Amino acid sequence: MFELYVVMVFMIIGAVVAVRLRGLLSSVIAVGAVGLGLCVMFLLLRAPDLAITQLVVEILCLVILIRATIGRGISRLQPKANRWILAAFVIFAAGFLYAAYLAIRQVPDFGGALMSTSQFYIANTLSKVKAANIVSAIILDFRGYDTLGEATVLFTSVIAVLAVMRRKGRKKIDERDEPNS
Amino acid sequence: MRGMSLIVKRITKYTVGLIMLFGIYIVLHGHLSPGGGFAGGVIIALSFIHLILAFGRKDAEKMIPGKFLALGESFGGLLFLGLALIGLASGVFFLNFFHSKGTPFNLLSAGIIPLCNIAIGLKVGAGLFAVFMVLALFRIDEKEEK
Repeated sequence: MFELYVVMVFMIIGAVVAVRLRGLLSSVIAVGAVGLGLCVMFLLLRAPDLAITQLVVEILCLVILIRATIGRGISRLQPKANRWILAAFVIFAAGFLYAAYLAIRQVPDFGGALMSTSQFYIANTLSKVKAANIVSAIILDFRGYDTLGEATVLFTSVIAVLAVMRRKGRKKIDERDEPNS
Repeated sequence: MRGMSLIVKRITKYTVGLIMLFGIYIVLHGHLSPGGGFAGGVIIALSFIHLILAFGRKDAEKMIPGKFLALGESFGGLLFLGLALIGLASGVFFLNFFHSKGTPFNLLSAGIIPLCNIAIGLKVGAGLFAVFMVLALFRIDEKEEK
């Protein structure tokens, strides 16, 4: 449990640094550090499937962020301090912490008390599906419908990116609207 | 954007195949070891992104035509949906037919799960690589216009 707290403090520090830094490249790298900390945490909790997926998606997101955002000349942010934003943050943070306190008291102990559904999966995967990797058996056999929905979400997002970034309907450089108008 | 230096290009030529092989391994062994279609597909997409980052857009576009991306994305999605619909012929959506053949812990086991992994890997790899390609292209077009 001790390593978990170390990684968690590292991730919190990384997130705070990512918010506070002015340079966009440094922020993106700090976000990447948070994601890698999450990957290490999945490894410590013995969830290698999630660790591989987290690591790989984190690298892909970092490459896309650096290439598509930094490369287009947006390198610095100008944050605007506003006391209304600060007040709203304090109110929402207090409400969230209270709700989290109420919820966490109901949660079973860390790593204990599995539900009957997951007990069923653990007992029956090898005899019913004959797959050695139980996570794969759950997401593609017992819960295949959810995975189909997930694939549909990914398909829709790819189509949306291609539609927004398409070349045909884009304006020429001289008839483009003024920014901030 | 003509790509990076000669050293980077040379090393990329040697490593990109290994990265892609690792992605294919992760996809095919999704039902035996950690990983699966999604993670393996993203690794395959990263191998192509590696190629684009090292060689620049123009040279890399010759190696990977854009039609393959559309084909892979659509074919992967349709294959996954088709596997689900075949089960409907026996009455249940996503029925794992022929799961009784094959022994556990072998490569040929677990019924339709390897096929689903291949479909998802194809779809995720092509889709995420298309997203990266479009974002990179967008930046370059804007620079050429100015």
